[in-house]
Amino acid sequence: MGDLIQLLVAKYNYWIYITLMMIGLYAMIAKNNLVKKIVGMNIFQTAIILFYVSIGSKKGGTIPIIEHGHGAAGSHVVHAADYINPLPHVLMLTAIVVSVATLGVALALAIKVYERYNTLEEDEILAQIREK
Amino acid sequence: METIVSIKPLLAVLVSLLVVPILVSSRAPNVREAWTFVAAAAKFLIVASMVPTILNGAEIVYTVAEVIPGVAIKFRVDALGMLFALVSSSLWIVTSAYSIGYMRKLKEHSQTRYFCFFAFALSATIGVAFSANLLTLYLFYEMLSLATYPLVTHHQDPEARSSGRKYLLYIVGTSIGFVLPAMLIAYNLAGTLEFGRQGFLAGTGSKPLMALLLVLLVFGFAKAAIMPLHSWLPAAMVAPTPVSALLHAVAVVKVGVFSVVRVLTGVFGTEQLLALNFSPFILLAASVTILVGSFIALSQDNLKRLLAFSTIAQLSYIVLGVGLLSPKGMTGGMLHIAMHAFGKITLFFCAGAIFVATGKKNISEMTGIGRRMPVTMAAFFIASLSIIGLPPCGGFISKWYLVLGSLEAHQMPILFVLLFSSLLNAAYFMPFVYKAFFCAPHEAMFKNTVEEAPMFCVVPLVITALISIILLFYPQPFFRLASMMVQAITGT
Amino acid sequence: MSEQYPALLVVVPLLSALLISAAGWLKKRLCFPIAVVALGVAAYASIGLLIRVLNEGVIIYRLGGWPPPWGIAYYVDHLNGLVLAVVSVVAFINLIASQKSIEEEFPEKTGAFYTLYVLMVTGLLGIVVTGDAFNLYVLLEIASLTGYGLIAMGQKDRAPLASLNYLYMGTIGACFYLLGVGYLYIVTGSLNMVDIARILPPLYQSKAVLTAFIICMVGVWLKMALFPLHAWLPNAYTYAPSASSSLIAPLMTKVMIYVMIRLILTVFTPQFAFSNLAISNSIVWLAVLAIVMGAILALAQTNLKKMLTYVIIAEVGYMVGGAWLGNRAGMTGAILHIVNDALMTLCAFMVVSNIVYKVKGYAFEDLKGLLRKMPFTMGAFVIGALSIIGVPPTCGFFSKWYLISGALKAGHYGFMVALLFSSLVNVVLFFRVLEISYYEPFSNHHVGDHHPEPMAEAPLTMLVPLIIVAAGLVLVGLYTGDIVNHIIQFAIPKGIV
Repeated sequence: MGDLIQLLVAKYNYWIYITLMMIGLYAMIAKNNLVKKIVGMNIFQTAIILFYVSIGSKKGGTIPIIEHGHGAAGSHVVHAADYINPLPHVLMLTAIVVSVATLGVALALAIKVYERYNTLEEDEILAQIREK
Repeated sequence: METIVSIKPLLAVLVSLLVVPILVSSRAPNVREAWTFVAAAAKFLIVASMVPTILNGAEIVYTVAEVIPGVAIKFRVDALGMLFALVSSSLWIVTSAYSIGYMRKLKEHSQTRYFCFFAFALSATIGVAFSANLLTLYLFYEMLSLATYPLVTHHQDPEARSSGRKYLLYIVGTSIGFVLPAMLIAYNLAGTLEFGRQGFLAGTGSKPLMALLLVLLVFGFAKAAIMPLHSWLPAAMVAPTPVSALLHAVAVVKVGVFSVVRVLTGVFGTEQLLALNFSPFILLAASVTILVGSFIALSQDNLKRLLAFSTIAQLSYIVLGVGLLSPKGMTGGMLHIAMHAFGKITLFFCAGAIFVATGKKNISEMTGIGRRMPVTMAAFFIASLSIIGLPPCGGFISKWYLVLGSLEAHQMPILFVLLFSSLLNAAYFMPFVYKAFFCAPHEAMFKNTVEEAPMFCVVPLVITALISIILLFYPQPFFRLASMMVQAITGT
Repeated sequence: MSEQYPALLVVVPLLSALLISAAGWLKKRLCFPIAVVALGVAAYASIGLLIRVLNEGVIIYRLGGWPPPWGIAYYVDHLNGLVLAVVSVVAFINLIASQKSIEEEFPEKTGAFYTLYVLMVTGLLGIVVTGDAFNLYVLLEIASLTGYGLIAMGQKDRAPLASLNYLYMGTIGACFYLLGVGYLYIVTGSLNMVDIARILPPLYQSKAVLTAFIICMVGVWLKMALFPLHAWLPNAYTYAPSASSSLIAPLMTKVMIYVMIRLILTVFTPQFAFSNLAISNSIVWLAVLAIVMGAILALAQTNLKKMLTYVIIAEVGYMVGGAWLGNRAGMTGAILHIVNDALMTLCAFMVVSNIVYKVKGYAFEDLKGLLRKMPFTMGAFVIGALSIIGVPPTCGFFSKWYLISGALKAGHYGFMVALLFSSLVNVVLFFRVLEISYYEPFSNHHVGDHHPEPMAEAPLTMLVPLIIVAAGLVLVGLYTGDIVNHIIQFAIPKGIV
């Protein structure tokens, strides 16, 4: 039991992101409303973004900015262990943009669906389609 | 064995393909027909021009493209291929003339499509004849299946539709389901697919594997109509008679049986077949087909269906001959390719001529027709003699060699099969011929005046009937080619 | 100039997309020419790049001159040189052929459509040319988002919903891939594919690497519609406008197959994928299931376009199975099939495009008598069908040859039987369609001068590219030996036998 708790506590970032992912996935599959599905998708993507950001952190590390770092002052050796890894953050900026773009496209599609079927509930839409 | 590289085989295949755009674009039917003749004559001339080289003992090869390491799309003209190519290209000229008479008299639709796909089919047939390896053979075999589909289903009525489906199911189904995996297994075993003097599979695998491959390849080439994969052939009789004549008496079915002969000689090799004792299996399949086919033919009333079942039986003579694995037997089998072709095409031409002139399809409605169409029925009589195997017709030679071959191979049951089936052949042909000529006046169903089919129909069938007679007295170059092939195989 | 080809083939379409967007506002008639120039340059650059690779070997292009692992590197070897050429040529031919159909389906939105079209090609080319795992994700999303947009422009009834469903599943797939790359980054600290491959071998036993591999694979499988993750494909490709489906159908799934093969061969190396993991056999069986289900579901369709989408699902099964057989013949078959299937699918969907343009429908009843009315289109369809069935000398036969050879060598007879079964089912599928188009209603066809229905073919700009593609199917088939010996043979590492 102690091992399990230790595992949970040590790798808490993994557990959080997995939980968020599952919540997102559940929403996408089980919810009927198109907007709720889109929200679920967003939660799914956010979980992954959180995961990436979390892996960049280091115990006792600080923000990876060197004050007055340009020129001669910036050419000394840096202890990488003192600064958290900026690369995942940078990568995730891209991923966030992608996520936002996807959200935009998804919402635009949802609007088009609504214009045609007058409802955002998937079961009603499918029923209307089957009727034709 | 001298090998000459020449583009002639490729030209022979391509010449009819090249004429297709001209056929499609010509407005006047006469122009179209003229170009068909030009193509047929050109093809025959190219094929014939290679005969002297082959008779001298050389082979002609031409590689088109090496598509897989070790396997190319390649042509090789040897004696057997030349025999088959000569038969089909010469008969195309005759059939084109016949088609003109037939299609015009009946005012058939879509004649341009008909002549175009005929050209395709002949291209594919020559391609099969000149194939150097199993892949090229497969390629042209498939091309033939596809080219003949529009011809078989020409009338586009419900009957054509269902016959077309059966045709495809049997022929394409077996080529993809049986031949393709067998070809790949063979390639994996031997690393090559080139037809060898003694087969390329010799000594590469275990007996069960060889047995499996033999079954797959012999039955996979369903165009040979070996039972039980024969029912597509009677169904294909819905086609117009020129199609039945050339394709289903000469091109398509001969392609099938030619492929089986290539499989037996070039893929497996006679020595290996003897060693593995596969001959009884082949002989059994062929004999069953011969006997059952002849029996069913006895019961048919529709003339074309009777001829179809007769064809099924006759094809297996060729397989039987090669399956005997004895030199005389193989010579007889290969020679029968030519003899049967000329005889059968005459018979089909006659059936078509009768339909064109009188509209009758069934034997029971044709009593006394000899009075009305004496030339046609005389040709029919001669051709049936050839098929039965009696002099003065060419079929006698091939049957004779088959009999000698079965004695050579010490296969007495086969001798019995040969003789009994000849009797059956007589039994289904002779009554019809007799009734056509000699019947009491009150039984005759036709007026006594002579009213033949149009010239374009009658002349070809007279020509082929005469050739059947000539072939007895002068069977060259077919006999020489067949003997040369057998010599090459047995190494004598 | 030729050193810049790797960058050009992504940058030129990207910038042209902006130009097209502007032209869409200002002067609509310029959109198409700009798109043609952009994709023409991309095609030229890809072919030039392939020739360079054949002469020089692997090419590494560092964007901005930054050395890896800090910079993004484009990595071009025989494998992606070939796929690049195929993608750009297919996109280019399709663009020219679709012009009329785009003008007809949405005349006011041509600017938007061409923008999305060119952007999608940018994304696809980028996926193939990049050597950086994260860059691949970015370009994957570019291609996917534009794809969703292109599909949604179809009929108002079904297209937006189909696209939305595709969006959900596609996003999950891409996110899984991203997650897998994240794990790889944790373990190796690098995002450059070759670099990762260098660092990974001592770590093969670690669970993180295993997780990374599986998650990446699942993500890629979702995007390529491997059964049972295929549910988005039939609707999305069927209800898309003709021009979109003939762009996306040939390319998207094949590019994802390329990504899978790249992951197996370069990033994770065959030793890990085939030997260390024991899952190859199961994946080949999954591929068998995909092939069989694709064939059966295709039989149940009554509409030509949807039938073709299920054929695509079966073809994906061919390639996945071939790649996972683990031997040289199978991998050759899979890579060759990327090329062949792109061309065959292009041919088939362009035929549908032509049919929709003239007949306004693609259900089976709409096809009656088409063989006479549109002989050239249907002739090309016959050639495409022969290729999908696998009849020589069309290219489809030769990739089947290698796949079956690979199955025999690996002893995986189930895969071989599935391939043969699929060929036979394809015969039935395509002959059913050809029968319907051949047996038009005839009143009395024996007698009299029968006036054939006048030929009503598609316009030349739609017909000529189609004929070129159909001829290409036969030519590529005849040149298979050259393609395999000069290109594909070098794309597969020597270790695979």
